[in-house]
Amino acid sequence: TYADFTPQATFDIKKCDLHKLEEGPPLQAVLTREEGLQYYRTMQTMRRMELKADQLYKQKIIRGFCHLYDGQEACAVGIEAGINLSDHLITAYRAHGYTLTRGGTVREIMAELTGRRGGIAKGKGGSMHMYTKHFYGGNGIVGAQVPLGAGVALACKYLGKNELCVCLYGDGAANQGQIFETYNMASLWKLPCIFICENNKYGMGTSVERAAASTDYYKRGDFIPGLRLDGMDVLCVREATKFAAEHCRSGKGPILMELQTYRYHGHSMSDPGVSYRTREEIQEVRSKSDPISMLKDRMLSNNMASVEELKEIDVEVRKEIEDAAQF
Amino acid sequence: MHNSLDPRQRTQSNMAYLRSILRSGKNAVPAVLRREFHRTLQAAMQVTVRDAIKEAMDEELERDERVFLLGEEVALFEGAYKVTRGLWKKYGDKRIIDTPIAEIGFTGIAVGAAMAGLRPVVEYMSFNFSMQSVDHIINSAAKTYYMSGGLQPVSIVFRGPNGAAPGVAAQHAQCFAAWYGHVPGLKVVSPWSAEDAKGLLKSAIRDDNPVVFLENEIMYGVPFEMSEESQSKDFLIPIGKAKIERKGNHVTLVSHSHVVSRCMDAAAVLAKDGIECEVINLRTIRPMDMEAIETSVLKTKHLITVEGGWPQFGVGGEILARIMEGPGFGYLNAPAVRVTGVDIPMPYAKLLEENTLPQIKDIVFSVKKMLNV
Repeated sequence: TYADFTPQATFDIKKCDLHKLEEGPPLQAVLTREEGLQYYRTMQTMRRMELKADQLYKQKIIRGFCHLYDGQEACAVGIEAGINLSDHLITAYRAHGYTLTRGGTVREIMAELTGRRGGIAKGKGGSMHMYTKHFYGGNGIVGAQVPLGAGVALACKYLGKNELCVCLYGDGAANQGQIFETYNMASLWKLPCIFICENNKYGMGTSVERAAASTDYYKRGDFIPGLRLDGMDVLCVREATKFAAEHCRSGKGPILMELQTYRYHGHSMSDPGVSYRTREEIQEVRSKSDPISMLKDRMLSNNMASVEELKEIDVEVRKEIEDAAQF
Repeated sequence: MHNSLDPRQRTQSNMAYLRSILRSGKNAVPAVLRREFHRTLQAAMQVTVRDAIKEAMDEELERDERVFLLGEEVALFEGAYKVTRGLWKKYGDKRIIDTPIAEIGFTGIAVGAAMAGLRPVVEYMSFNFSMQSVDHIINSAAKTYYMSGGLQPVSIVFRGPNGAAPGVAAQHAQCFAAWYGHVPGLKVVSPWSAEDAKGLLKSAIRDDNPVVFLENEIMYGVPFEMSEESQSKDFLIPIGKAKIERKGNHVTLVSHSHVVSRCMDAAAVLAKDGIECEVINLRTIRPMDMEAIETSVLKTKHLITVEGGWPQFGVGGEILARIMEGPGFGYLNAPAVRVTGVDIPMPYAKLLEENTLPQIKDIVFSVKKMLNV
């Protein structure tokens, strides 16, 4: 019975690399059973939703650009666990996962991807332009979302609501000039902004070593304190986000996080993803670092859930996705 | 009030008044001869375009807490062209923000603030610098309301001097009316007079859409008579409506911004030869008031557009295309023509610069050629 399960457990998490910070996030995280099941369900929903989008794209029901997030689920789920829905978030076009964590339903996301009127943007935006309350997309021009996010943070400070803005960008966009202009102004004006670089090692087909003179993305804010951490571990991401949020809310200004993560799919649906990386590399990440497996193993080995219970969640998620994809 | 002016000030303000009478199309001679000349001057409110713009911003900052200004040198320096003089002293750091030289960065920040519910007014020291930010103006601001299916409005104003300015040479003298006028999702406004500037800027700030507000440096110091109505804090001019600055029966001149002055001067010259021009001040580039132009063309049967911008793909080209597509075409007695800036980067030497913009003689020549006189 459910009463036999461990209600919560403490896990050791990897230490973060620090830049211009005396202390970092804690080295342990407490996970309750409810939290674990919720993170599991959300990550699994995200995973299956992206795989369904893959299928629909190959059937030509989704057209144009479609950038999938599978492999990176721990980032979106961990970040949301570290902030509130009343906070704000903006990202570039690999945005389906965030649309979900920010309050979008699978149904409206699928409808938007397939250009139907019931879509989150009434079918007028598509994959890259989905919005919800306090979620500003979904932006097609990578790099642009970073000053936009700092602007949202400026509004938070101006209106005095103790809210902050999470601005995400990838290792590719990290070389955009406007991001450095934004670092400068966010720091000057002490904007409550968490800059987060989702480093999945490849900007389209260009590996980080071939694009950046310095791949220490967490240090590139220079005068902005930074953290680098394991983006495949949802607890690591959550604790770091909480730490960063505390920094912002205390009026210290912006902070930068680099999440080391990985995408299983290519850059987008038109990229098989194997001309610039090996299948072995992809397989290795899947088997050793998959975020959903990591959470599942933790919960099972600490008796926080049963195999059947998690399987039941899998079945429910599959059904939800199937229903959402129906015309 | 008038008696306190010293003789030199009085002469200067009389001359300014005379110029504004000439430009208004009223008959100048009776006005000068009228015994009430000085008394009329006393009642008229002379306001420069610069001050009218500032008044508009001051009133809107006072009216709505969410409005704020940002740009280079807008606060302590009081504006590169002194347009924002006094505002920082009155409203402080929170609402009047000096930015570093980082156009794409601060434009993105302003658009993001607008997305989150504030109402920013972004100043470009010159619209030439807006080219650095054009991705945010178009992709982040103009397109968002549509792309989001109506979920995300962006209430923002981008303002600053546009087009020609004396002696600033090629990189600082381009007119962006046609570039921004091209984009669905933007409103593009180009005021001429002080009343235009005030009423339209207030409307732009209150508008929930992104508005590009094209001022002009040449006009900043020019005083205009401001009606009593225009001195009210709720005086608004609707965006999208042109104004007939001078009525006439023989030819329609359509223009915007500082070039309207030249059209008015050309009209005064042509009037001596008995040719009466109808001068239309567009006031708004997008949405353009084609109805006003068509109504005028139905009457005059002759159309000339006059602009400072380059000829290819310009404002005049758009007007001529639309006239052809609409009822006006059937009424034209001659093909409509465009008088534009010369198709070159703006030169520096004064003589070259003067000849690069439409001069009074160019407008007069075009009219006489069209009317076969």
